[in-house]
Formats: sequence, C-alpha cells, structure tokens
Amino acid sequence: MNLDVLAPGLLTTVQDAGRDGARALGIGLAGAVDGYSLAVANRLVGNPTTAAALEITLSGPRLRFRRAATIAICGADIDARSDELTLPGWRPIHLRARSTLTLGACRRGARAYLAIAGGIDVPRVMGSRSTDLRGGFGGHAGRALRAGDGLSVGARNAPHAGANALSIAPWWIDPEPDLAFADSIAVRVLPGRDATAPADALHAQEFVVAASSDRQGLRLHGPPLHLADRRECISEPVVPGTVQLPPDGQPIVLLADAQTVGGYPRIGHVITADLPRLAQRRSGQRLRFIPVDHVQAARANAQQRARLARIALAISARPFHG
Amino acid sequence: MPSANAPAVASIESLGDGALLLRLGETIDATSNRRVHAIAAALQAQKPDWLIELTPAYASLAVHVDVTALHGDDPLASVRDWLTQWLAHARIDTASAIAQSIEIPVLYGGDAGPDFDALAVHANLRATELIDLHAGGDYTVAMLGFAPGFPYLLGLDPRLHAPRHPTPRARVAAGSVGIGGAQTGIYPFAGPGGWQLIGRTPLRLFAASRDSPSLLRPGDRVRFVAIDAARFAALDEHSR
Repeated sequence: MNLDVLAPGLLTTVQDAGRDGARALGIGLAGAVDGYSLAVANRLVGNPTTAAALEITLSGPRLRFRRAATIAICGADIDARSDELTLPGWRPIHLRARSTLTLGACRRGARAYLAIAGGIDVPRVMGSRSTDLRGGFGGHAGRALRAGDGLSVGARNAPHAGANALSIAPWWIDPEPDLAFADSIAVRVLPGRDATAPADALHAQEFVVAASSDRQGLRLHGPPLHLADRRECISEPVVPGTVQLPPDGQPIVLLADAQTVGGYPRIGHVITADLPRLAQRRSGQRLRFIPVDHVQAARANAQQRARLARIALAISARPFHG
Repeated sequence: MPSANAPAVASIESLGDGALLLRLGETIDATSNRRVHAIAAALQAQKPDWLIELTPAYASLAVHVDVTALHGDDPLASVRDWLTQWLAHARIDTASAIAQSIEIPVLYGGDAGPDFDALAVHANLRATELIDLHAGGDYTVAMLGFAPGFPYLLGLDPRLHAPRHPTPRARVAAGSVGIGGAQTGIYPFAGPGGWQLIGRTPLRLFAASRDSPSLLRPGDRVRFVAIDAARFAALDEHSR
C-alpha cells in the first residue's frame, strides 16, 4: 500500500477506460464517465490512456501518499491542496513522500480524475480495473472508497523520484472544446428508433439536470415529451449515450454505468465525443440537444481522437519544468 | 446460397455512433430469440477486425464496432454493408447453436418465495401444481441483463404469467426466482426488484472471481428442480 484514504469524498471510485467483452452476460462497461479527462490525466503523468485512476464525484477525498508521486487532476475544476499550496488542474504535479492531498468541492463540473504515475494497481476483473458498482466487483473491493482503505500504485520509472519537494509544471492542457462548463451547453445527438411528436421535440427545448442523476444516467427535467407511436417495447440493447424516454416523458441519457439492455423507448443517442460534456453536468444545470447525422458524428469523434493524440505528443515533448 | 433456415433479419439500424442493431422481430418469442443466438454464434466465429462484442436480446442483436479500426466518412455504414452481404451468404444454422443445459435447484414458497401463495391464488392452482408447472418447464436463456448475470428465461407456462408489483420491493434476496409478466428469471444479487417471487436457489448466479463469472450464458437451456429446506441449506453452505 502506498496511498492511504483518510477521507473518501462523496463517491470516489477506481475507474479505467471500461470493461468491454462481457455485455452478453449483462455486464455493462463501467469505466470513467468522462473518458476524455481520464485519458488526458493519464497522459500527463506518463501512463497509457487506459490506466486506472480515481474518479471523484462533486466532493473529493483526502489522501496520504507514503511515497513521492507524480499526479494530475483533470475533468471538473476541483479545490485541491497539498502542503498548504493550492494545486491547479490539467498539468503534472510532483508530490513529495508523506504528502497529504486534500480534494474539496468541485467548483465547476461534476467529476474530477486523479491520475497517478504508474496507475492505481487493483486486480483486473474481466479485463478491466473499473469498479462495477451494481455488480459489486472490480476497482477497489467492488465499491466506492472508504476511510481507512489503502491503495497500491503501479511501479514505474518515476522521472522525478529524486526531488523531495512539491513542484507544479508551469504549463497546462486546455480542456476546451472537449469539455464545457457553462450553465447551458449543447450536445450533439443522433436519431433513435422512436420518434417524438412533434418530431423535433427533443431539439426544441432546454432540459434541466435532475439531482437524481448518477453514473448510470443523467436524468433530465423539462416539459414532458411525447412519442409519435406508443408501441409496446421489448427489452433491447442500449449503450452509453442512449436517450431513453420513460412513461413520465422526462428523458434519461445513459452514461458509463448504463445497463446492457433496456425496455424504454429510445429517442436519440448522444455522440461519443459529447459524453465527457454530459459527465460534467451538475444538478440544476441545463443542456440542449442538437441533431447531427452519422457523418457529422464520425467527424466530431475523429476530431476529438486527433486532439487527444496531439495532446499526447505535446506532453511527451514537454519537460516537466518546460 | 442462403441456407434453408437463414435468419430473417428485418432491419439493420444504428445504435448510436458505435454500434448497429440487427432486428429479428418485435415480440418475445422463441423463434426470433433462437435466430439471435445463431447469428451471434456465427458472427463471433467470423471475428471481423472491427467487432468489439455482441449484446444479444430477445429479438435483436447489438453489434459493437471499433470505429477506429475503420476508415471513411461513415464507418458504421461500411459495417452495415458488410453485415448485409454476410447475412445473405453466411450459413447460419439455428439448430446448431452451442448451449449448455443447467439444472437450478429451487426452494419454492415460504420465506424463500414471499409471493408464492398469492400467485397460487391468482393462478387458481394448488401449491404442488404451481411447483410442477414452474419446475416442469423447459426454459431458454433469452438474454442476460438488468444486472450482471440476470437471466431472462423464455418458456414460462402461460398459466403462471403474472404482473409485476406496481411498486418494486426495496430488497430482493440474492437467488430469488421471480415471475414478471410472461418471463421468469433469477436475481443474482440482493437489491430492488419488482417481480413476483416464488422461490430461491442456493446457487450463485454470478461471481466475478470465477473463471466463468455468470452461471448462465445466452441461449443456455434451464430446468428448475424443487428442493426442500434441508437440501437448500446444504447446497447454500456448499456454494459459499
């Protein structure tokens, strides 16, 4: 153990890029809700983009590092302190041995990602280190962190292992345009199987994020939507990004902990590139849906992957103090 | 030449920007479901480079695509074309799908099945008749979902069809055997659930630490065997 959990925060879980390959057994992906921020945080500390990190929800943990560590905090803008110093996000930070890292409230956004050089070393379960909260497996003991837990960090050649002082890189990565923290944002959506009446109802109004939202889904509130055809639905596969419409007319956008099959009508699918923006919505914030076609969606997704690749290149070319 | 029992895929739809959905029907029926599992097995054997995994459901099959392995303006469209061609030419035999047969011991009624008595009244059956009807069925795992390892079973006798509870129970015990509409299933974990509970199995439906985490796989055949409380206790001890 080289990381002690002194206080767990509201909902802090070990997550990586998610668990493929077991949906046929009813096992969803899990993984970081905001996969973009996880990838950048990992790159900043020299990890593969898919290494396991901590996903922090709204209010963060207090952690004690027994050994020196290089960390990065991405995603939500979170109050972070160590040695009485305020730590900024989106850049590598070197913590000396026996440091305490205190993560407070998310000031903007809902989920922060703490990557540590070497990655969080928990056993892989079915190919992934992600916590499956519903199944109670993966991550750390299949659950959110608690006070008193100890975590191991993977071994790696730490480039700053000699420096026994806190240091903060003077450069950072700009999260725009892949994340957006404004009170009202737009996300792009592909058509679903079920049409609303009128057909553009999903695009014609703003929705407010409900407090009951969680890793499984973003629950939205607005004037109730109606279906063009109230067919009897049998359960069919769903994916993160699927916009479901339950009988109350209030849409739910499924996120990383989406179940594998669902019986509600599906009125759209948010494109992959905009899932990070959804992950950062807080209760009371608003969002709009903008219709796109498959060519536009594929282009937006490819552009986001290209930005991530450029960020990775830029980071690898950058000395820590450059 | 398409084989004699080539599956009738009604449509190939997109499911967001990373998956396609093959639709074989609109109802919960054994024929559509058999076709789902046969196509899944054939596609799995084919192993196209871009295939991540498959999610079989009652009458549809999601094909999850690694779009980064593909080129072009609309990577999913090229997979759709490939699937259309493949379905027209592949030999997919609905009779040959590999499935295991599993016996599931169940303690019916009492604390293990808190809705058993009410269901017997609802169905106008004696307790022994209810058990015989449920345990006498020949079931197929149509799909897994709702929770890891939760099987939706086809083959429930129509006399046992029963509506879900209007308000789900806050806590259903792990291993509970329930009836929801025309389906029967088993809760792998303790948690909320709205189905009518008629019994409980001591078997562990899901354990992430096992080599094969889910006891049941899509397409498997299932039979229930009634056991008494002593046998339940012995098996329960054994599966811990």
